[in-house]
Amino acid sequence: MALSKQTLVHMFETMNRIRMFEQKLQEFFAAGEIPGFVHLYLGEEAVATGACAALTDKDMITSTHRGHGHLLAKGGDLKLMMAEIFGRQTGYCKGKGGSMHIADLDLGILGANGIVGGGGPLAVGAALAAKYKKTDHVALCFFGDGASNQGTTQESLNMASAWKLPLVFVNENNGYGISCPQCKSMAVVDIADRAAAYDMPGVVVDGNDVLAVFEAVTEAVKRARKGEGPSLVECKTYRWRGHFEGDACTYRCVDELEEWMAKDPLPRFESKLLESKTLSEKEVESIKARIGQEVEEAVRYAQESPLPPTSALMDDVYA
Amino acid sequence: MAEKTYLQALNEALRLEMERDENVFIMGEDVGQFGGCFGVTQGLFDEFGEERVIDTPITESAILGAAAGAAASGLRPVAELMFVDFIGVSMDQLFNQAAKMRFMFGGKATVPMTLRMPQGAGIGAAAQHSQSLEAWFMHIPGLKVVIPSTPYDAKGLLISAIRDDNPVVFLEHKLLYGVSGEVPDESYTIEIGKGEIKREGADVTIVATSQMVYTALEAAEKLKAEGIEAEVVDPRCLQPLDKDLIIESVKKTNALVIAHEAVQFAGPGAEIAAIVADEAIEYLDAPIKRVGAPFCPVPFSPPLEQFYIPGVENIVSAVKSIR
Repeated sequence: MALSKQTLVHMFETMNRIRMFEQKLQEFFAAGEIPGFVHLYLGEEAVATGACAALTDKDMITSTHRGHGHLLAKGGDLKLMMAEIFGRQTGYCKGKGGSMHIADLDLGILGANGIVGGGGPLAVGAALAAKYKKTDHVALCFFGDGASNQGTTQESLNMASAWKLPLVFVNENNGYGISCPQCKSMAVVDIADRAAAYDMPGVVVDGNDVLAVFEAVTEAVKRARKGEGPSLVECKTYRWRGHFEGDACTYRCVDELEEWMAKDPLPRFESKLLESKTLSEKEVESIKARIGQEVEEAVRYAQESPLPPTSALMDDVYA
Repeated sequence: MAEKTYLQALNEALRLEMERDENVFIMGEDVGQFGGCFGVTQGLFDEFGEERVIDTPITESAILGAAAGAAASGLRPVAELMFVDFIGVSMDQLFNQAAKMRFMFGGKATVPMTLRMPQGAGIGAAAQHSQSLEAWFMHIPGLKVVIPSTPYDAKGLLISAIRDDNPVVFLEHKLLYGVSGEVPDESYTIEIGKGEIKREGADVTIVATSQMVYTALEAAEKLKAEGIEAEVVDPRCLQPLDKDLIIESVKKTNALVIAHEAVQFAGPGAEIAAIVADEAIEYLDAPIKRVGAPFCPVPFSPPLEQFYIPGVENIVSAVKSIR
């Protein structure tokens, strides 16, 4: 697939934005400045980036509890996200949602989700709405390997296929459902095999190769837009950090982590762009510096933002 | 005004709203050609087609979640679960997703979905098809809970529910589908959260919901023969709850009995009793009495089932114990 420089650079920026955002969160969580949980996306940046690059602003996504990457890739505002994760009034959800519940319906983000497997049926609803209103929008459901075993996911695959909905299921297989490795939680090796049960295409891609993800999801989106129904794209990747920050991660071996860190999707893509002369070393450095600055500004914005007033507690329970 | 059944009233509400707003559609198990398990959606498939009266697979989580997702995407789904008992299969999509989206997202999402579910005992459907679960839904911030007793209320409240921008749990009682009453042909709404006095009386307030309103009215007639005038208050909605109406009635009668078919322990009556105790205890000159189902699953065999459902005598003796 021949891609424009603009698209390639956009993907490169997005991956770096997610990486730096997450590293900042890691730092501030360790420093005790972030309440609650954060589930970091480090190592999985190519999936969200490749998948969302195949979408337009009008297309909808549902996300997971490891959602920062998806949201940023879909265009989520760094400052509003950071402020929300810091629990500030200026955040995306006015400090009421936190890391696991950030949404921006204007950007087609139907929300991160604190429930494993919670997003599938919502994505079916978004796709149903697109079909009902005869728009050519699609919905994309991110779900993990853990969620792939939930009934809600299977129900959603079935319903979407039975109704030929414009929906793309993007499975982010990072090898673990919290601490439980895939080999202990399911008999199949490839989650994409399950697509056969619903008579939809199921493909496996290298989830650390942003272009491979982009290509497969683009294909699935095309099919969805043509009214040919849903697809399942399984992206094999790996979670560098524990399930949540603070997880001692004693359930996996160091070798495994090192092996996957050697397959880091960022330098891989960077070398490709340098080799093809899409970007020069200098351009790469300036992009990284700019994004680093954006992330710093987002942190400052969050830190300087007020905490929500308790008088706002009861707002938005009902419309 | 024409006499119509509760079922016809509901059907009419659906038809009128679908005619008025093309974003309103129906989804659920066997709601299409089949017309719904109890017949509420009869005829709508022929009139509006399969794109607006959507037969779903038997997958309750996907039905509720798809309704929530479609609602957040600009449609107004009216989803039906065949029996309220099946909510257990799909509760997450209702209470963690639909009910909380707006709040969790800082007011960004609007989820105008209506979830219709028949509940209640009395047709020999046994423990997994006969429960009254309104207390579950009242307890979840973000949901509205509507529980109409008359055909007139059913139509006006369903129209209001469909137009409401929040997830509304709409609880119908299976035994009420055949009950008739006067219902205008035209469209009208009843404000969600406004109750109604179904019978005036000065001696005791009986707060009753759904099918139990009729039991309470019958009890009131019996009590009248013994010189006790009961006021029957139907809140019609449990969330929001018309507590002003209840308290006003208690101020007049100085005594309160609450009757519902849900299990008495931690049932809706517990909340109503607590509100009155908190806010109007000085007007009470007797303890508050509750009449609800015993703390057991709904039994199958007819004599057991009839014994299980609170009856006229239960209400009469509750009133007599305080009056």
